Amino acid sequence: MAAESGAHSSGEYIAHHLTNLTFGQRADGTWGIAHSHAEIAEMGFWSINLDTFGFSLLLGIGFQLMFRAVAVKVTAGVPGRAQNLVEMAVDFVNSNIKSMFPHPSATIGPLALTVFVWVLLMNVMDLIPIDFLPKVAALAGVPYLKVVPSTDVNVTMGLALSVFLLILFFSVRQKGLGGFAAELSFHPFGKWGLPVNLILESVTLIAKPISLGLRLFGNLYAGEMIFILIALLPWWIQWSLSVPWAIFHILIIFLQAFIFMVLTIVYLSMAFAVDEH
Amino acid sequence: MNINLTIFGQVLSFAIFVWFCAKYVWPPIIGAMQEREKKIADGLAAADRAVLDLELAQERVAERLKEAKQEAAGIVEQARRQANTIIDEAKTRAVEEAERIKVAAEAEIEREFNRAREELRNKVALLAVAGAERILQREIGAAANSELVEDLAAQL
Repeated sequence: MAAESGAHSSGEYIAHHLTNLTFGQRADGTWGIAHSHAEIAEMGFWSINLDTFGFSLLLGIGFQLMFRAVAVKVTAGVPGRAQNLVEMAVDFVNSNIKSMFPHPSATIGPLALTVFVWVLLMNVMDLIPIDFLPKVAALAGVPYLKVVPSTDVNVTMGLALSVFLLILFFSVRQKGLGGFAAELSFHPFGKWGLPVNLILESVTLIAKPISLGLRLFGNLYAGEMIFILIALLPWWIQWSLSVPWAIFHILIIFLQAFIFMVLTIVYLSMAFAVDEH
Repeated sequence: MNINLTIFGQVLSFAIFVWFCAKYVWPPIIGAMQEREKKIADGLAAADRAVLDLELAQERVAERLKEAKQEAAGIVEQARRQANTIIDEAKTRAVEEAERIKVAAEAEIEREFNRAREELRNKVALLAVAGAERILQREIGAAANSELVEDLAAQL
């Protein structure tokens, strides 16, 4: 579509689609929405992506309220359609927890459910035609709009960081500070290999949130990128690629949400597990 | 791809969502699902019990039916015996009654016969006396007459 209009080159079109609607303090000291990459660069860390953060909040609140609405009038008898849907999600999450998380915990269920459904919904935004919401927003004067929250590294790394904090919290709570330190120090080579152990275990620990966040980000970002590239083709041929890719992408959307949830459960299960040595 | 404040916004909103889910969403839904599981398990157990109960009831019914049949057969047998007894008694009584009637009738006949014979003998004696009177054509004394009649009567 953008390729047709002479104003933008393909590169500009792609760059435009990959830019967040950023709110922050400009170089001249005023606050506002950035209208160019230069402005975004000026804002630096103390800015916020209104689009991805807004959509993720919207989806999260919508999902929580919908589930809450079902939970209010939940019945042990014959469930209605909404309750069926919610129970399907809860049961799916719960069966995964049962098979992977052998410790008693009241936190893991709601945590895994929130992770799974929220990430799934954020991924599903990828199926909305790529130019639809940005074009509507442009009519309203919004310069940039990235619709899919999980293609923003802030969003995925935010989730991964939360999981990492939970790993640290539960590790310390279950094993004590000394126990956790011992776990990092005396594996895998025993006490004489302490420095090597510490380096290896720290890398393992740090790799967990990074791989968790970047995996989700990478998959969704790549998927989005392909949609953008397909959108560069002439309009009459786009469907021949975008439809198959969208259908295949449904699998990725679900799979990435599932993987994110499973890894969250597994990491926390490892944090809960008290060493048998 | 700048890392900015969004990451902390995300951490914060995630924490709030998990808290909300843990407090208001997860417990009632999981509770209802577990309750339904229990209900279904109870229902299946009840169905199993009902099948067992039905078998037992059918056995009991068959037993009672057999008992009832035996009882009925016993009653019929007894009734037949009783009927036979009644018939036999009636026969005996009838025979006795007939015998009694026969004896009474014979006695009556005997009595009637004797009376008739007595009467006849008296009439024949009177007739003989009258005949003798006519033959003799004369009056005989009342004593002699009476003696004669007695004598004739004894001869007849």
